[in-house]
Amino acid sequence: MIKQKDTIGGITIPEEVQEKLAVERFYYDNKIVKLFAYATIFWGAIGMLAGLLAAIQLYLPGANFDTPETTFGRVRPVHTNAVIFAFVGNGIFMGVYYSLQRLCKARMFSDKLSNLHFWLWQAIIVFGAITLLAGYTTGKEYAELEWPLDILITIVWVLFGINMFGTILKRRESHLYVAIWFYIATWVTVAMLHIVNSMEIPFTALKSYSWYAGVQDALVQWWYGHNAVAFFLTTPYLGLMYYFLPKAANRPVYSYRLSIIHFWALIFIYIWAGPHHLLYTALPDWAQSLGVVFSVMLIAPSWGGMLNGLFTLRGAWDKVREDPVLKFMVVAITCYGMATFEGPMLSLKSVNAISHFTDWTIAHVHVGALGWNGFLTFSVLYWLIPKIFNTTLYSTKLANNHFWIGTIGIVLYAVPMYWAGFTQATMWKAFTEEGTLKYQFLETVTNIKSMYILRSVGGTIYLTGVFIMVYNLFKTVKSGSLVANEAAEAAPFARQMITHSEKHWHRWIEKRPVQMLVFSLIAVAIGGILELVPTFLVKSNVPTIASVKPYTPLELQGRDIYVANGCYTCHSQMVRPFRDEVARYGEYSKAGEFVYDHPFQWGSKRTGPDLARVGGKYPDSWHYNHMLDPQIMSPGSVMPPYAWMLDKQLDTSTTGAKIRAMQKMGVPYPEGYDKIANQDLMKQANEIKANLKKDKIETASTAEIVAIIAYLQRLGVDIKKTDNATAASPGQ
Amino acid sequence: MSFIHYLESITGVSIYALISFGIFFSFFIIMTIWACKADKKLIKTLSNIPLDNNQDTN
Repeated sequence: MIKQKDTIGGITIPEEVQEKLAVERFYYDNKIVKLFAYATIFWGAIGMLAGLLAAIQLYLPGANFDTPETTFGRVRPVHTNAVIFAFVGNGIFMGVYYSLQRLCKARMFSDKLSNLHFWLWQAIIVFGAITLLAGYTTGKEYAELEWPLDILITIVWVLFGINMFGTILKRRESHLYVAIWFYIATWVTVAMLHIVNSMEIPFTALKSYSWYAGVQDALVQWWYGHNAVAFFLTTPYLGLMYYFLPKAANRPVYSYRLSIIHFWALIFIYIWAGPHHLLYTALPDWAQSLGVVFSVMLIAPSWGGMLNGLFTLRGAWDKVREDPVLKFMVVAITCYGMATFEGPMLSLKSVNAISHFTDWTIAHVHVGALGWNGFLTFSVLYWLIPKIFNTTLYSTKLANNHFWIGTIGIVLYAVPMYWAGFTQATMWKAFTEEGTLKYQFLETVTNIKSMYILRSVGGTIYLTGVFIMVYNLFKTVKSGSLVANEAAEAAPFARQMITHSEKHWHRWIEKRPVQMLVFSLIAVAIGGILELVPTFLVKSNVPTIASVKPYTPLELQGRDIYVANGCYTCHSQMVRPFRDEVARYGEYSKAGEFVYDHPFQWGSKRTGPDLARVGGKYPDSWHYNHMLDPQIMSPGSVMPPYAWMLDKQLDTSTTGAKIRAMQKMGVPYPEGYDKIANQDLMKQANEIKANLKKDKIETASTAEIVAIIAYLQRLGVDIKKTDNATAASPGQ
Repeated sequence: MSFIHYLESITGVSIYALISFGIFFSFFIIMTIWACKADKKLIKTLSNIPLDNNQDTN
């Protein structure tokens, strides 16, 4: 740099230009990195503790503590949201705020924005946890937070965007390193996904209905859900990998060319793969096939990225033996490779027919979450905390112990879940020689309880490793002092631009972050539009079934109780067209059955049986007693008791607002029905009350249990009506 | 009832798949060609960006 001070390419620079080109001194903001690092550790521990509680609840119903707030259906969304958005979210910001400054050779655009970003994000997490535990949920997995928080997330994301692009624009490095591309793609895509999936109609201060219904809602949700994995858990962490791995190994990435192809291929292909979450469901076949094709294609860029990471360590494997940071990274990248190979395999329809709704999915997810996200986060923390505190790691031995404990934890978590998944699938599908189902659903649950216990042991071991890290990092922080403003020097941007005379179209893009943003948006939007639009364009996008009618006011209230308590976390409402499912649950699900479902409740996991056709299967009193204590009706059941539902009073003041919200979305309630809906609600409630009385059960007609019984008894009966009508009048 | 009936009612719906395939295919080809042909020096400079800061960190 210095030798270019006077001449560039042999041309003498005038003095006034030389002044402008002088090296500038500036300071990196490490304080914000420290804050995000602390938040990552704190929320990681909290999120994993919530996960451990949820894991224990799955074999020990008593651990639900008989209150709505501590019951599995609400704890599980707290766990998933906490580990995704609080642990990994803060991890992303920690890594981005550290690496972006250094890659751009500039302090963050605005300290105020950095701090605002940090505190508002923590506020979202706290309010998110409180509202989820209180039962305010949209009922859409990983997008459960309600509308006020959705708006706040949008605001914070924009603030983060301004801060990030502000930094990129004032940078002193002419090139945008590939990690920044991943950050930009993350920002753009998450913004798009969050906005599209959060379209909802609020009807109270904290509650809303999804704008989409049934099949459309499912498609949008899993387009979001899959890409939340892609663009929240993967692309930003790949950015971190491309920065922190070369730093930790002290060598450049194996192939920068490969990283370019990796980036573009990944963001293009990922956005299409969402429908693989909905194979064999009522989603149109074309969308399912599209999802499968692109999921299989994903292997190429994913493995390109993995190999690029692992090959970076070529010739440095001796370091890996010594350095816990590199050890964590190697396992993280390997887990990334395993999960991204397994993912496309799970997308194959024949494999998915076995894996879907079972614990196999849970195993798959946790290889990615515990291995890839968890271990990469730990490696970055072990590398970064000593750096910003100007000290060395308190104990390499403890970090190595953490590595081994964590690895054992992952294995002990994943293996039982794979085992449980295979067992479930084979037992669900087993027939006797006479052609009847071999196992009751309950038998398939009690059979895998030991696997659930082992899984929680694996989780505990992994969490123990985290606490060892907390202690190690605490001691490290104590032994150093924060370099809040780290001094650095670099030539201003203008000077470096002159030095690169050779023009190239790709370099044209990479030097212009705003254009980069636009191109990334185009790349992901093409996938999104082509995938979603056809379903939306066609008015009658789902086959209408004449006998499918909107929910009655009481059923609607009951449905909201179902959503609020996260019943979808254990029960699906989607009978796939398989022999065993039809034999076990009844007629397979049709798209037209869900046209009034805001939100859809197909679920993704069957810890309990499918409920799509549960209506009319049992008397009202069975449901009453089952909710009071599931063990009474199904000995050995792991379902939590919902005894509090028997006393809790239904809030009928919201019925009108709910009906009006539904009407706005085209649900055909008669005009003015919102004003008289409660009369119908009470009428139906009194009928159920009378029904229960016949079985010697006394209840208030306004108890929540009455509404939930009304909803459960409605599920799937519309189709049965069609069948009955056809049977009664075959000539029609 | 199959969704294909509804899809068929969109004029020229089959072009969607072709357009998307075209976009992907050409983009990958152009990207791969560029990545393979890119100047070695430039690639080296780019891949060394994170390591340039060694003196800034402790």
